[in-house]
Amino acid sequence: MPDVVEQIRNVCALGALQSVAAIERAIPIIHAGPGCGQKLWSALSSGNGFQGSGYAGGHSVPCSNSTENEIVFGGEERLRETIENSLKVMDGDLFVVLTGCTADIVGDDTGDVVRGFREQGAPIVHVETGGFKGNNYFGQELLWESIIDQFLEPADAVEPGLVNVWSVLPYQDPFWAATLETIGNLLKLIGLKPNLIYGHGQGIKSVRSIPSAQFNLLLNPWLGLKTVQHLERRFGIPFYQYPALPVGATETGRFLRGVAAYAGIDEALVEAAIAREESRYYYYMERAADLFFETRFKPGHFITIADSGFALGLSRFLVNDLGLIPEAQFVTDKVPDQHRERIEAEFQDEVAGIPSPVIFTSDGGAIREVIQGLKFRERPLILGSTWDKVITRELQGYPLSVSLPVSDRLVLNRSYAGYDGGLTLAEDIYTVILNSFQ
Amino acid sequence: MAINTKIAQAPIRELRLDAITGYSGSVHDLAARTAPGCCLSNRERSFAQTSSCSSGCAQTLLSGIVDAAVVNHAPLGCLGDSLYQNIGYHYGQFHRNWPYSNVSMISTNMGESDTVFGGAERLKDGIREAWRRFKPKAIFVTTSCASGIIGDDVQGVIDELKDEIPTPVVPVHCEGFRSRVWATGFDAAFHAILTRIVKPPEQKSKELVNIINFRGSARAYITDLFARVGLKPVFVVPFATVGELERISEAAASLTICGTLGSYLGTALEEEYGVPYVKSTPPHGFAGMDAWLRGLGQAVGKEREIEALIVEEKRAVQDDLAQVRQKLAGATAVIGMGPGFSLSYIRVLEELGIKVLYAASWHYDQHYDHGSQPAITTELATEHQDIPFGIGEQQNFEIANLLKELKPDLYFSRHPGSSVWAAKQGIVTIPVMDEYTAFGYRGLVNFGWRIADALANRRFVNNLAQRVRLPYQQWWFEQNPYHFLSQEEAA
Repeated sequence: MPDVVEQIRNVCALGALQSVAAIERAIPIIHAGPGCGQKLWSALSSGNGFQGSGYAGGHSVPCSNSTENEIVFGGEERLRETIENSLKVMDGDLFVVLTGCTADIVGDDTGDVVRGFREQGAPIVHVETGGFKGNNYFGQELLWESIIDQFLEPADAVEPGLVNVWSVLPYQDPFWAATLETIGNLLKLIGLKPNLIYGHGQGIKSVRSIPSAQFNLLLNPWLGLKTVQHLERRFGIPFYQYPALPVGATETGRFLRGVAAYAGIDEALVEAAIAREESRYYYYMERAADLFFETRFKPGHFITIADSGFALGLSRFLVNDLGLIPEAQFVTDKVPDQHRERIEAEFQDEVAGIPSPVIFTSDGGAIREVIQGLKFRERPLILGSTWDKVITRELQGYPLSVSLPVSDRLVLNRSYAGYDGGLTLAEDIYTVILNSFQ
Repeated sequence: MAINTKIAQAPIRELRLDAITGYSGSVHDLAARTAPGCCLSNRERSFAQTSSCSSGCAQTLLSGIVDAAVVNHAPLGCLGDSLYQNIGYHYGQFHRNWPYSNVSMISTNMGESDTVFGGAERLKDGIREAWRRFKPKAIFVTTSCASGIIGDDVQGVIDELKDEIPTPVVPVHCEGFRSRVWATGFDAAFHAILTRIVKPPEQKSKELVNIINFRGSARAYITDLFARVGLKPVFVVPFATVGELERISEAAASLTICGTLGSYLGTALEEEYGVPYVKSTPPHGFAGMDAWLRGLGQAVGKEREIEALIVEEKRAVQDDLAQVRQKLAGATAVIGMGPGFSLSYIRVLEELGIKVLYAASWHYDQHYDHGSQPAITTELATEHQDIPFGIGEQQNFEIANLLKELKPDLYFSRHPGSSVWAAKQGIVTIPVMDEYTAFGYRGLVNFGWRIADALANRRFVNNLAQRVRLPYQQWWFEQNPYHFLSQEEAA
């Protein structure tokens, strides 16, 4: 299948501007054509859970709105005045200049312009994210490379228990904000101090404290690996990696035990915390059991269509906690080739040991064609994007939008991570099922 | 002045319509200085916030053609707005009771090597896949900054595939960097449709009327209204088929809901095929609808029937209008919308008894393709008292500054990503998202009641304003809202 994409599920490298927007009081400045900011915000925020403009996002992002003049004569002067005036107008703690295709193709020396402002004391970094260079996962890694190299300073001392959390990609995952809070709360359960970097109550202080962490937690099968490796090289911070977003009791327990063992936390303390949480979890799950076992509308096999870490977490929850059977798993986050084999192995590593094919693609047409070739004996459950509702309806299946674009749901503080997240996902799935006939 | 359908692409609005995106003054000043023979020069900004580009507008129209496909020759992000277009597509399907389907759009997913070696092969893949997957009646190839700057020969690639793809494949030149005026993208799409899809009329119709619009939520109402005078609307471009578009040259007249949108297509159909284009003010509110319907009556020779319709429709809502006007009396407002709506809504709000303190427009066409100043500008200059007026490509920081100074009761905006900022300032905000908001007589009254409801309960905006901070420094609020506009060039 040619490398073209129908029904986009991710964007270009400049999409990293939304990661900047996810840091409290950080302000992206984009050196790009007039439409880039609007399009990327449409895809990552307003068309994906209606996540809003936030503090300085959406149409409030300073931009050079480059046109023919900047293409022909170069855009450095335009960028310089944009930055100079951004610093006067915008009230922020960290400014990140991100470039688009126009600036990178004509070869503006963005670094030189930005360096001038940094030398005068402005908290500003730059990153070259021309859309043709790669996708927004790639842009995310470039962004952190820039922040690490251009902004972070070595810490005086390591803060014991402090953990930098690298997991979901903000805005790409519409549930990112509450998911991070949830991960933070899980880490607190076992006595760690989470540094979540993005979202409510974080901001510049969290960014500045990254170098003082005891370790980095990489809660993703691949995205962020470059960032934590770079932090290890630069500041000597080690990292612990867990591949799946933990959804529900089985996976969350595994995750907590894993991270606790790495951090050298007393096993008894961890087991007590898990037992407490599981008891509460099963208090609610027990209530659900009546419906699960007596409904005439139990879903048939399930399909997930999502980014790798999330797809893994969803799939493991459905298999291990709800006892469902997987049909196929579509991984949509353009996983680099060198990580694919491991991710495939992770999908086979369900506790219940029920494998299913893993297909790496972000092309909606390719996904549709595979699904159309499957045989379903009962109504399938398809956890994917709003694009996938059309094929799900054709199959008379149950659609739940969980991955970009989620344009049929408002997402505020919902998360599928952790113990409560599993319960929430069970609620959402059965709400779809029960709604389908009444 | 005439539209040239012999050239490969529509000239940008800055060149064709003397469109500007920077101005600060008043409606009367604007009208006088942009009268035939005059031309206002644009004032550039030394600080701006991200606006929008023409490819978004082009793709909004083209993605809505039900049996066509769009191939965007670009990196992945340029199709970012396809998500929003898909929401709009579903919204239109909802209004038509159609089953839901997705927009048929493919990104060629340009990468770094394409910028070095050219993206021709990738474009071929995209076109071939669009044909294989959708079997569309037409494929529109939209360009991007990246494909434009590296100079990919889109027409050349299309020519090479001529024998392989048995459907029209049409280039749409909408590189974002070419224009600050995103509405240029409408023209790019219309140019493609006019030059490659529309056929010369075989049989002229006396009853079909083209309505150039977006999602067509008022479709049922207009169909009913027109039926009473023996006319049938054809809604274009979204939700039309390629077959319907082929025959728009046969219509008895063309109308548009928005002068910014309709100018290119309406004028070209008139010039090429003699389809009269109604150049009146848009059908917003009473006066707008009067002019729109009368323009239609004249174009199709049904003046008498239209007058009867106007009387009937007005009578039906008269009492309701009087009531809502009482509710709204004394309220003040600021407007921020595209030029097809901004000036027109000054009159809409006045018809509801609301005092307009300021109007901002996201750009301004000094004349339309037919050569005249927009009718609404001329009418406001002669019939209404002067109102302060500014132009900027949806520059939120300028609007925030204006609102802080003017403290209106209401802010009326159009375009995503604008209204929320006024709400954060504690101002009751009415977004005019649907193009048929305040449509005609009934629409005006319904709109009035919507405003009355919003004013009756300000809790949400008040709560919000007390708790959120705007991303601007105090310094900014001490400056003139148009501080960053360059000085006007001497005439």
